[in-house]
Amino acid sequence: MEVLMSIVVGILFSAAVYLMLSKSLLRIIIGTGLLSHGAHLLILTMGGLKKGAAPLLGEHAEVYVDPLPQALILTAIVISFGVTSFFLVLAYRSYQELGTDDMDQLRGTDQYE
Amino acid sequence: MTLLHLAILSPFLLAILIPFLYKFFRRIHTGWFVLLLPTILFIYFIQFIEDTMHGHTILQTMEWIPSLGINFTAYIDGLGLLFALLISGIGVLVVLYSIYYLSKEKEQLNTFYTYLLMFMGAMLGVVLSDNLIVLYTFWEFTSLSSFLLIGYWYKREKSRYGAQKSMLITIFGGLLMLGSFIMLYIMTNTFSIREIISQVPQITDHPLFVPALILVLFGAFTKSAQFPFYIWLPDAMEAPTPVSAYLHSATMVKAGIYLVARFSPIFAGTPEWFWIVSTFGIFTMFWGSFNAVKQTDLKGILAFSTVSQLGMIMSMFGIGSAALVLDSIDNSYYTVATLAAIFHLINHATFKGSLFMVVGIIDHETGTRDIRKLGGLMSLMPITFTISIIGAFSMAGLPPFNGFLSKEMFFTSMIRVLEMDVFNIETIGLLFPILAWVGSIFTFIYSMVLVFKTFTGKYQPEKLEKKPHEAPIGMLISPIILASLVLIFFFFPNILAYTIIEPAMASVIPALLGDEGHFHVHIYPWHGFTVELFMTIGVIALGVIGYLSLTKWRSVYGLFPKKLTLNKGYDAALVQLDKSSYRLTRFYMTGFIRDYLAYIFTFFILILGTSLILTGGFSFSLAHTAPVGIYEAVLAIVMVLGTITVLFSKSRLTAIIALGSVGYSLSLFFVLFRAPDLALTQLCVETVSVALFLLCFYHLPEFKKKEKKLHFKLTNLIISLGVGAIVTLIALSANSQRVTETISTYFVENSYKLAGGKNMVNVILVDFRGFDTLFEITVLGIAALGIFGMIRLKVRKGEEG
Repeated sequence: MEVLMSIVVGILFSAAVYLMLSKSLLRIIIGTGLLSHGAHLLILTMGGLKKGAAPLLGEHAEVYVDPLPQALILTAIVISFGVTSFFLVLAYRSYQELGTDDMDQLRGTDQYE
Repeated sequence: MTLLHLAILSPFLLAILIPFLYKFFRRIHTGWFVLLLPTILFIYFIQFIEDTMHGHTILQTMEWIPSLGINFTAYIDGLGLLFALLISGIGVLVVLYSIYYLSKEKEQLNTFYTYLLMFMGAMLGVVLSDNLIVLYTFWEFTSLSSFLLIGYWYKREKSRYGAQKSMLITIFGGLLMLGSFIMLYIMTNTFSIREIISQVPQITDHPLFVPALILVLFGAFTKSAQFPFYIWLPDAMEAPTPVSAYLHSATMVKAGIYLVARFSPIFAGTPEWFWIVSTFGIFTMFWGSFNAVKQTDLKGILAFSTVSQLGMIMSMFGIGSAALVLDSIDNSYYTVATLAAIFHLINHATFKGSLFMVVGIIDHETGTRDIRKLGGLMSLMPITFTISIIGAFSMAGLPPFNGFLSKEMFFTSMIRVLEMDVFNIETIGLLFPILAWVGSIFTFIYSMVLVFKTFTGKYQPEKLEKKPHEAPIGMLISPIILASLVLIFFFFPNILAYTIIEPAMASVIPALLGDEGHFHVHIYPWHGFTVELFMTIGVIALGVIGYLSLTKWRSVYGLFPKKLTLNKGYDAALVQLDKSSYRLTRFYMTGFIRDYLAYIFTFFILILGTSLILTGGFSFSLAHTAPVGIYEAVLAIVMVLGTITVLFSKSRLTAIIALGSVGYSLSLFFVLFRAPDLALTQLCVETVSVALFLLCFYHLPEFKKKEKKLHFKLTNLIISLGVGAIVTLIALSANSQRVTETISTYFVENSYKLAGGKNMVNVILVDFRGFDTLFEITVLGIAALGIFGMIRLKVRKGEEG
């Protein structure tokens, strides 16, 4: 199972990086979304996917799945959501002000004389 | 803090007061206040002669950073005292001269004297420090104050150029010197020069010994303007003349000489030291005097002459170092070079100081320093003329002036090189006396140019800006004192010999002291009809011929292409450095975010990939894996399909929907992997995110709405596949090599017992690891405030942000 999930994570990372290297601002943000999906899945996979009950003590099971990675992922999901929504509004505002979402046209002006 | 420390630091303390004195006593020339200090210092240092004469040294320590072994240790021995006397003594004369040279009304005297005092204190610190780090600190202070003084007339472009050049070169050398000091510390575990000297026998075979030697010489050669680092000195002549006289002839440029002398007990005796010091010195001597002849600016001549004389002193210290290796029956046979070096050091300070002051007077009284415009000033300025005759003849090495004595000794030591039989000297030993002799001929010629082109010949009043007349008496006092010293040292050289030179030699070559504890030096002008005398006669004869026929062979200087000079090289190197760093920056700082991301990802692949291979970190085993379930396999396929759809979708709407499908598959994965809280959160977050994406999509510009195909780029594909592959490989390796058990059994056992909750994930979030959650809430709050700010706070056009 972990092997399969590692490959899926790799595909998610590849796609995310490919999108982040593209020109359109929206695609870059989609790329970051895929990247965070990949990262979350990676954390879960690395915690071990052994069978066991959901981490609820009411289940009275012999074995539970590891609760710690789940707590970490929950934190990460919320943070990446906050950041993604901030980025999206930033992209929206930068289009409003600058009239473009093409990263080549948004090229920095950090040239020194 | 002892009196000695106070003496070293007193110039700094006075420098703080200078602006106040300048402001509140406008009617008195600030220089008068300054004059007191070097006078007191000079008298104070004279007292120590008694001690050093009898071989005593004075050592006083003040703690600075004791935990690092860095203490302000003041140490007075013969060498340090010689320099301290030079610094304070010539300091008195230069300050006195500057009072008359610099106008009270036109010049910013407060800055001038602040810088000058800073320099004086720094210089005293350099020569009286026993601790290497303290020495280095003062050393850089001299570079800094010299920079400020050269750029004193900062509105002139040439001043700024000269100041920058001297700064770059001397700081370059200073930094390398610091490297040497640290190496010495590594070898000996102490920063104290005396303690290092006592450990020399143990460290000579250390692999860092020779690098330390070479680096310390970089410091000495840049500061003392040796070939090829002399180029800053002629440009430093843009400084006011008192500064040139003080810094660039008598004191600062001798700091390098001091360094060589001070480190002689450590490094001398190795062939590297001998060869580097003496060959660079003798070549600098020749090169400086050769170039001095072609100068037309009086200060230019003096600058190159200083270079040449410093080379001469340097070469004598180099040759003197050979005395440590030779088992001669009579040691003094080779120590004469060290003696000559120290003696000439004093002589040079006297005559060069007076010559600079004379040139300053000429500049002050005629408005020019160009020898092509000057001439026939003898009858107008008789006193100045007399002083310059004394100075120049002493520089040329003629009797009855002190330069003659040291030049004779110089020849003596050069001739004795021929008889040396160490360091494979036989092969090119002959070069030393020849270069010395030829250099002396050029020295003679430029000395004559300096005097006779200025004071004899045709008087050309139409070319001069002012009507020349004799300088005010105040300006003449200092050069008169120096010129009389030139004469006194010729007739009574042994005043110096017993009091100052002997103890100084004892510091430079302590190994040869013998049982008596001090050297016996006796300087006398007449040696009988020796080779040296005939060499001097030859110098005079050829020098006179050379001077008279100067116009005929002057064109020789045109032969050397200007492009190949060191100055051009320096300028070109600076320009090239600037250009190429600019080009380099332009090359990789493209301004495209995509490029920067590509760099980051490429390095990610390279570094992780190579370390995986090099450390053999990759491994694969199925020991820890769970079996693949059918639902998971199907879901994985769905997720991959969603991802691929995102990649290949031609419209952005499809991409967003596909991203949503990936997110929902992720939440399904969470369901399958027994993570109900995660599934719930992911579902909500994904829904809101997709809504936000759609909102952005809706607001995209019209012309961008025309759906276009994704730009395909091979490099992007390679990079992204590489990143994915690396992540997969690392994930597989990590999974195959689990080392420790999970700590989660603790949470399973204690969630209810300690925290009273049955949902373990929630208990971890709010109880066991509640701080994470606190700051995660903060992140959300900040994001919300940021979004609010971005939407509501808009800067209207024309307003500042």
